[in-house]
Amino acid sequence: MPVVDPSSLSGRLVAGDRGALARLISWAENGDPRFAAELAPAWSRVGRAWRSGVTGPPGAGKSTLVNALAGRLRATDKRVGILAVDPTSPFTGGALLGDRIRMEERSSDPGVFIRSMASRGSHGGLARAAIDACDAMDVAGIDEILLETVGVGQAEFDVMSAVDTVIVTLCPGAGDGVQAMKAGILEVADVLVVNKCDIAGADRLATDLEDAVAARLSIARAAKQGWQPPIVSLSAALGNNIEGLVEAIGRHRAHLERSGLDQLRRARRVEQVRRVMLEHLGERLWGAGGLRELAERALAAGDPPYDVAERLAARVLRGANP
Amino acid sequence: MSQPVPPQSSARDSTARATGAGRAQLSARQLWEEAWQVAQMREGRFTTLSDTPLKPLYLPADAPVEYERDLGYPGQFPYTRGVHPTMYRGRLWTMRQFAGFGTAAQTNQRFKYLLEHGQTGLSVAFDFPTLMGYDSDHEYARGEVGQVGVAISSLEDMQTLMDGIPMAEVSTSMTINGPAPILLAFYIACGERAGVDPAQLRGTVQNDILKEYQAQHAWLVDVEPALRMITDVMSHCAVKVPQWNTISISGYHIREAGSTAAQELAFTLANGMEYVRRGVAAGMSVDEFAPRLSFFFDSHLDFFEEIAKFRAARRIWARKMRNEFGAKNPRSWMLRFHTQTAGVSLTAQQPENNIVRTAVEALAAVLGGTQSLHTNSMDETLALPTEKSVKIALRTQQLLAEEHEVAHVADPLGGSYFVEAETNRLEADAERYFLEIERRGGVVPCIKAGYIQREIHRSAVAYQQAVEEGRKKVVGVNAYVEDLHAKPEIELLRIDPSVEAEQCERLARLRARRDAKKAKAALDAIRDAAKGNPNESGNNLLERFVAAAHADCTLGEIADVLRAEFGHYKEPKIL
Amino acid sequence: MNERKIRVLVAKPGLDGHDRGAKTVAAVLRDHGMEVIYTGLHQTPEMIAEAALQEDVDVVGLSILSGAHMTLFPRVRAELEKRGIGNVLLTGGGIIPAEDMQALEQGGFAKLFGPGTPTDAIATWIRQQMEKRFAAEAAPRGTR
Repeated sequence: MPVVDPSSLSGRLVAGDRGALARLISWAENGDPRFAAELAPAWSRVGRAWRSGVTGPPGAGKSTLVNALAGRLRATDKRVGILAVDPTSPFTGGALLGDRIRMEERSSDPGVFIRSMASRGSHGGLARAAIDACDAMDVAGIDEILLETVGVGQAEFDVMSAVDTVIVTLCPGAGDGVQAMKAGILEVADVLVVNKCDIAGADRLATDLEDAVAARLSIARAAKQGWQPPIVSLSAALGNNIEGLVEAIGRHRAHLERSGLDQLRRARRVEQVRRVMLEHLGERLWGAGGLRELAERALAAGDPPYDVAERLAARVLRGANP
Repeated sequence: MSQPVPPQSSARDSTARATGAGRAQLSARQLWEEAWQVAQMREGRFTTLSDTPLKPLYLPADAPVEYERDLGYPGQFPYTRGVHPTMYRGRLWTMRQFAGFGTAAQTNQRFKYLLEHGQTGLSVAFDFPTLMGYDSDHEYARGEVGQVGVAISSLEDMQTLMDGIPMAEVSTSMTINGPAPILLAFYIACGERAGVDPAQLRGTVQNDILKEYQAQHAWLVDVEPALRMITDVMSHCAVKVPQWNTISISGYHIREAGSTAAQELAFTLANGMEYVRRGVAAGMSVDEFAPRLSFFFDSHLDFFEEIAKFRAARRIWARKMRNEFGAKNPRSWMLRFHTQTAGVSLTAQQPENNIVRTAVEALAAVLGGTQSLHTNSMDETLALPTEKSVKIALRTQQLLAEEHEVAHVADPLGGSYFVEAETNRLEADAERYFLEIERRGGVVPCIKAGYIQREIHRSAVAYQQAVEEGRKKVVGVNAYVEDLHAKPEIELLRIDPSVEAEQCERLARLRARRDAKKAKAALDAIRDAAKGNPNESGNNLLERFVAAAHADCTLGEIADVLRAEFGHYKEPKIL
Repeated sequence: MNERKIRVLVAKPGLDGHDRGAKTVAAVLRDHGMEVIYTGLHQTPEMIAEAALQEDVDVVGLSILSGAHMTLFPRVRAELEKRGIGNVLLTGGGIIPAEDMQALEQGGFAKLFGPGTPTDAIATWIRQQMEKRFAAEAAPRGTR
């Protein structure tokens, strides 16, 4: 492993310095190039943490579940990192991040690092920032990363496609199972959780989910290398059967490790490279090439947008110097 | 301001009369409406404080009332016009100023001062460590001991607080909730030590935990075990302390947290009904405990809306208790309440204006038929009230009682079209909330999901916006503003930091002096009862707390056992 | 590249449960485009400082109505210092007598707000302070 200058920010990150980790995550969120620069020297350390994503409809008890899960993992001395994503207001650009309230017992535990993240809204921005934040936590020596998002939009979907184990949380009543199935979040689940198992309707929800999983088994199996998502009934608030969830995550991990975890992760990194590269490329070409002016002129002349786009693309590919 | 004359004034009528002969066929009402159409109005929106639009004039049709059914007579169902047949001719309301700061000895002095100046009941304010169930020497208590109320950590502190005060004669109100059963136990034990039988004790313990989760946020343990302790208090007191009001179901804090009048009314009564359900579920009959339930409301700036709120509260409660809960005893139907003027209506700017605000709010409480009243002091937005400002606040009540001739007639605004219309409106608003709460599974699920908290928060933000946009005026803040930096010439009461050290020493001495074995046994007994079946006799926690008080167990020690056995409460995320 | 957002921690130190002001201010700052982390009630100075560190906030705003400000506010400040983030913009409000405000403002609090302060004024003040700071940070590095 290459030696990292201990006084640099990456050096402090490797040493598990919480301030350094916090600052790196801010840079990741802001798209600040210093993030990549500081992470690079420590890159070889990425890949040791297990990344679980917790998603589900509002009111399903995700924060409470993450809190309980973190508590359980701490009992086995694992260092835990929590990344709690909340939506940014599309009108004001601001956000209220209140997940720490539900994680109060964890907040004074030096083995837990909690970070709130606003979704901010630019296309792909959240996924990039979330992946970067996980990488930074990974370097800082965190063993288990728990990433929590509201499972609704495409942005959250992108985030979930970048973790190792996707935990979809539902509860009777509020986060209706049928709605969840319609919304398609069952397809991404590696583990299904029926939270608030002590209240009426929980058994019924679990049965419904079993049926739904069975019905989609062939699709799911193909997509998930033969893995059949287990259904775990628990109560995060009461602390009942959290160990059942830990065990399910462990089984999924073992399954992936048997069936080619490295390949899977590499495929995700390839996707990350593709996205980052296209973003860079797009910005540079669009910014430097005078393409905006050309497009404006063509559109003003009455040309249809697809034709304009095609002409400009062809121009770039020819290597024309605009 | 273009036209200050209200449209229904006589000046306007004479304009209408002065016009041509053909107009003689128009009815008086049509003439008024016509005059109304052409009149110029002041700028601004004409709404209640809670933003409900108001008509310019209320007519009989706006206030449909079936007299016997909806209003009745004072002292009779549905008590819209008051709970006593004679109202204040029989007895004035109790003037009960909430007080407490520093050490038990200091507060004891303030109590004696208030009793000497004509106050008729005691009301104890506790400091935050006590309210949260921590002893004065706990790490979390640092800087807070004695700050906003008195620090009471043990039976010994309670004895100092009540020293020289005749406990068999005075009625005492204790504003505490999470650890309420423990403080009540200290009070009972204190009486026993002074030779006063618990059956002689009179007073109230707030003990309303539901609104703590909703608004005030001084809780001890999770919701369900907290409710179990409340039914323990109800069942123990029904037998042993029969003159004690076991819960004061409080809208005050809900309102102060920013709710509207309708929300205050609805959430408070919904909480009240939840306690009744719990009492019944614990095996008591409604009439065994319901007569000892009392209420506590805010009296805010909007004079008429507040009066209507008090009247609606009585009517709704009577109807629910008789018709839904099948109570037979008229005392179970009666909603008796304490009122405090609105602390949030006071301003730090031009603090003397607060005397006037408080006086008008106090008048609304009296015209609304309150059983007891606390009037805020003008300096409470700056710090704890001084003796002088407390005296002015008390005198405000005495002026109303003695000079203004307002206490002679029961429900003097009954029959006002406007007040009856507002009373009907508030009752309907409350009923809508009851349905919504039921649809969401009841009060406890609403608390856990943050529904009630969110409703209150939204109203608070809406009001703040109205003030900042100038739609609602606050004199000294967004109207008639004076220099913001002018220092108010008000003397401030400060708590000497030595209070904290003194309290800690007292506690250390107590712990050294007491019989450690006895104290431990008393705590173990509490643990056993907490683990045991609450419906089994012998597991009543209040009984165990009284025994622990006698064994000199401290508040924090008892609370620690409960926290360990019952678990913490966690706020839901509402923002 | 995303724009930099102002991140604010709104916290309630001590045991008092009066969160109307804190929650209202939190909502207003959100409406002014800031990212607001709300910690909930009954926080110790250590918890507040640790949250400020992990969340890498630019601003810490404390709300208190219990009278314990002269004990708790300086302790929060000390805990922030201890974690090397004593330079965050530190502010707060509540029922705080004028002379205590002055003392705290001399002890590292940039500004304290009393009852009746328009929330817009708080938001505007934070924005102005942060714009100055962001500009000062950006200047020596020049153009990237």
